[in-house]
Amino acid sequence: MDKGKAVMGTGRRWAVEFSDQSTVPSSRDILDPPGFSRASQEQDDSANSRQKKDAEANWKLQKAWEVAQSPFKTLMMMGFMMWMAGNTVHLFSIGITFSALWQPISALQSVGKIFEPFKDNKVELLMPKLVFLALNLGGLALGVWKLNTLGLLPTHASDWVSSLPPPQEVEHSGGGFVFH
Amino acid sequence: MAIRVFLLLLLFLSSAIVSFSLYEDQAGLADWHQRYIGKVKHAVFHTQKTGRKRVIVSTEENVVASLDLRHGEIFWRHVLGTKDAIDGVGIALGKYVITLSSEGSTLRAWNLPDGQMVWETALSSAHHSKSLLSVPINLKVDKDYPITVFGGGYLHAVSAIDGEVLWEKDFTAEGFEVQRVLQPLGSTVIYVLGFVNLSEAVVYQIDSKIGEVVAQKSMVFPGGFSGEISSVSSDKVVVLDSKKSILVTIGFIDGDISFQKTPVSDLVENSGNAEILSPLLSNMLAVKVNKRTIFVKVGGEGKLEVVDSLSDETAMSDSLPVADDQEAFASVHHEGSKIHLMVKLVNELDNVLLRETIQMDQHRGRVHKVFMNNYIRTDRSNGFRALIVMEDHSLLLLQQGAIVWSREEGLASVTDVTTAELPVEKDGVSVAKVEHTLFEWLKGHVLKLKGSLLLASPEDVVAIQELRVKSSGKNKLTRDHNGFRKLILALTRAGKLFALHTGDGRIVWSMLLKSQACERPNGISLYQWQVPHHHAMDKNPSVLVVGRCGSDSSAPGVLSFVDVYTGKKITSSDIGHSVVQVLPLPFTDSTEQRLHLIADTVGHVHLYPKTSEALSIFQREFQNIYWYTVGADDGIIRGHVMKSSCSGETADEYCFTTRELWTVVFPSESEKIISTLTRKPNEVVHTQAKVNTDQDLLYKYVSRNLLFVATVSPKGAGEIGSVTPEESSLVVYLIDTITGRILHRLSHQGCQGPVHAVFSENWVVYHYFNLRAHKYEVTVVEIYDQSRAENKNVWKLILGKHNLTAPITSYSRPEVFTKSQSYFFAQSVKTIAVTSTAKGITSKQLLIGTIGDQILALDKRFVDPRRTLNPSQAEKEEGIIPLTDSLPIIPQSYVTHSHRVEGLKGIVTAPSKLESTTHVFAYGVDLFYTRLAPSKTYDSLTDDFSYALLLITIVALVAAIYITWALSEKKELSEKWR
Repeated sequence: MDKGKAVMGTGRRWAVEFSDQSTVPSSRDILDPPGFSRASQEQDDSANSRQKKDAEANWKLQKAWEVAQSPFKTLMMMGFMMWMAGNTVHLFSIGITFSALWQPISALQSVGKIFEPFKDNKVELLMPKLVFLALNLGGLALGVWKLNTLGLLPTHASDWVSSLPPPQEVEHSGGGFVFH
Repeated sequence: MAIRVFLLLLLFLSSAIVSFSLYEDQAGLADWHQRYIGKVKHAVFHTQKTGRKRVIVSTEENVVASLDLRHGEIFWRHVLGTKDAIDGVGIALGKYVITLSSEGSTLRAWNLPDGQMVWETALSSAHHSKSLLSVPINLKVDKDYPITVFGGGYLHAVSAIDGEVLWEKDFTAEGFEVQRVLQPLGSTVIYVLGFVNLSEAVVYQIDSKIGEVVAQKSMVFPGGFSGEISSVSSDKVVVLDSKKSILVTIGFIDGDISFQKTPVSDLVENSGNAEILSPLLSNMLAVKVNKRTIFVKVGGEGKLEVVDSLSDETAMSDSLPVADDQEAFASVHHEGSKIHLMVKLVNELDNVLLRETIQMDQHRGRVHKVFMNNYIRTDRSNGFRALIVMEDHSLLLLQQGAIVWSREEGLASVTDVTTAELPVEKDGVSVAKVEHTLFEWLKGHVLKLKGSLLLASPEDVVAIQELRVKSSGKNKLTRDHNGFRKLILALTRAGKLFALHTGDGRIVWSMLLKSQACERPNGISLYQWQVPHHHAMDKNPSVLVVGRCGSDSSAPGVLSFVDVYTGKKITSSDIGHSVVQVLPLPFTDSTEQRLHLIADTVGHVHLYPKTSEALSIFQREFQNIYWYTVGADDGIIRGHVMKSSCSGETADEYCFTTRELWTVVFPSESEKIISTLTRKPNEVVHTQAKVNTDQDLLYKYVSRNLLFVATVSPKGAGEIGSVTPEESSLVVYLIDTITGRILHRLSHQGCQGPVHAVFSENWVVYHYFNLRAHKYEVTVVEIYDQSRAENKNVWKLILGKHNLTAPITSYSRPEVFTKSQSYFFAQSVKTIAVTSTAKGITSKQLLIGTIGDQILALDKRFVDPRRTLNPSQAEKEEGIIPLTDSLPIIPQSYVTHSHRVEGLKGIVTAPSKLESTTHVFAYGVDLFYTRLAPSKTYDSLTDDFSYALLLITIVALVAAIYITWALSEKKELSEKWR
């Protein structure tokens, strides 16, 4: 992901500089050499760059989709691990559950950063982002579900009642056998 | 998966079982055991031979023991059964201790040096009678003089060598009561003196060789006898007539009976009723008359003559032959805080052989009994030692004007126990002498470290053990952070209150009850009166001792308030009404004094403390205070409610009348109440919910107003095995004591008492005998609240929209249901208790006092009605044990380990501040204390945790890190230079 971003960044900077210079009027103070037709070249150049940009956007979108779908694999992996860990509370199952919870949360926190390289006016990033969010939320849900199956979530009445002391009694009574 | 879980479970179970037991070197660290014998009844000295000098005693707690005369330690001791009261003790053949017990029907011989039983003879017994033992003083060792025993209407001659009954003679004739069996020294004739219907004196002469009656004489005494008798010589006795105003000397020389009457008024002017005192003095008797003790000399013709007169408070010993045919006796009387011991010759009372004055702790009360012994000093003169029994049952040996040793035998008859806190440690006040210097502390830790690294030599191991037993601060007289140091307050039958330290069991203070109304009130029970907790912190905590002037239930009561820190009596009041029940109320006033109601015989209740504040608190709750009585004789349980102030009858505004509200009548032909029980009022319950497997929820029915009642059919009230299974049934009830509603009834056909039960939280566990199975059984009943079971909506619970913590009333008639299960139990049980902890979170253990006077800790998990033959996976994980038909007795789970709490009567538990730990105190003839952690000490490090080792490990690790860092730096540098 990082690699792609770096490549895209440098390519873009180059392109911008080039076209800008070519369109700056001051640079055209010098007359074109004879036989040079600026119009055709400009036209050609612009067509070329549009084509290039389209490809780039496509590529970005594709990459964004790839990134968006990447949590699916981890999701499957997590599911398998959880299945392996069993339903009893011990170190292994707790470790897996908490990593299953932590991974989606950290991914969700950095969702903007992850999709930043694909930011483009022409690229519609909403859908990949939504998919990414959905998958991560799914992962989170899986973690929570696992937490619940381990019995670590207060979802039962017993979890809320067991801390309640017995109620006070209104009446008081005492007595028994008489002293001999 | 299943295997893994099973292994885990196994690991858990095995660790749980280990948690009961302790290692060998842990014994005696937290626990202590004290051995007692009880109030001494008879004492026989054995000092003739050189070597160990000892005294053989028998006591009111049915103990026969041999004590070291030098230090008062117990050489050996035997506790006979509760029904096996000792009637007499003697030494035969110079090597056997002879005891007569069970109303003269059991004669036993014990080996004198080590206390092993040599022989035991069961003597025939026809009816209840006096039991008399006479062991001949054996002058020739090899010759067997028979022991004469009278008991159960028969006279027996028993060989001292093997206990064989040589002959027996029947004296079971109607109306004939044998009073004395006398055998003149060296004579072959035994005189048996008895009264027929207390009006005719009969003397039998019996040949001691064959047991035949040689002669029989009788003579009618017109005035009749009172039964008090004193034998003054081998052919004379003195008795009182039925009006207690005439002393009659009965002489039976050669079988001829002669009466000689002497009115007491002839001896003493203005005499009232006389009373013959028990000491046997030769040719003399001691008579108590007009609150004086007079000595009456009996002349050769039966003539009586007053020779001396002493104050009422005099105790005397039997007379004892000293040199030259003379007899001496000891008398002890009080004068202020001193006692005077005098030894006089019987014939010449002016000749005082010994006069000693000894300072005596006034909390020991009066002298009750004196036993005297003489010895020959190096200068050939007579020396005397006296064993005295005080009013508080303590036993002291006096010799050469000093108390050589003393034993607090009052603690052998503890009647009620409570615990109290020690004072808070204040800055600058050094209370304990056990404070260590830094050097000693370090030394101790180095020793411990050596021990844990297995480097310790055997001497070191001993030193470590000693150090652990005396572990720093364990015996301090201040409160500790964990609440391990506490005072155990024990009230004894003698009316003395003892405060024992939990650290080592020493007596911190003791106090004898006193009152203006009567000289010595009986102690009945003990209550926490004031426990400053949040308010009145400047006040010392105090306890209330309820006593009574006399043994009758209508006798006026005495309340004593005792400061726990100092052991001083704050006040004591004669309350002027009787005490049949004491009801501690769950209210305290602003100084944290607990309100108590005391019920009297007329059905009134009296409020204490008598302050207006208490009265206003009481009146606020007036409608909600109930009182019930259990009539064991008529089989009726009655509930009462407060009615009004009894101002109409008395001006006492703290007195209230009651009204009968309900009765539960058990049919007298089929049910007899044998046991009732309630929860301990101060028990803390952590939660009202019980969570089952799969998060299923049950609501416990936790109520203080529940009474457990056990009844048996009247035929089955006797001994086990006295009825057939068809004739006996056991029924248990759970009764609400507010409304009288029977919440649960469970009937056990073919079962019999005695029932021993324990009631805690929402469960009762009881122990009884199953006649069909010929086994003891234990049943558990758990009671749950059905009406709360609807509260299962999580959202309502989260939002607090429930009424689970709202105060409840018994009149709402909550629906309940019970679960129960029964198990066989291999042992007979004396008492059952349950551990109690500060917050009630820690799981509970049943403490079962077994017939062998040991205490067995049994996890509550073993008596759980949810046990099934094949518990499901989830149930196993929860810790449910597969159902077995009998409860296991794991030898390691005896909390008393190698000790026996002889004559075990009760077990008291009290929480410490540490939630995991509970104090356990067991009393009987012996005392035993230990601390238990039913679920291990999960909230603290163990005592033997080596802080030094931890410290050294940390230091070593830090050093290692530093060294390796330096080394790696160096290496890196050399790498770079290469």
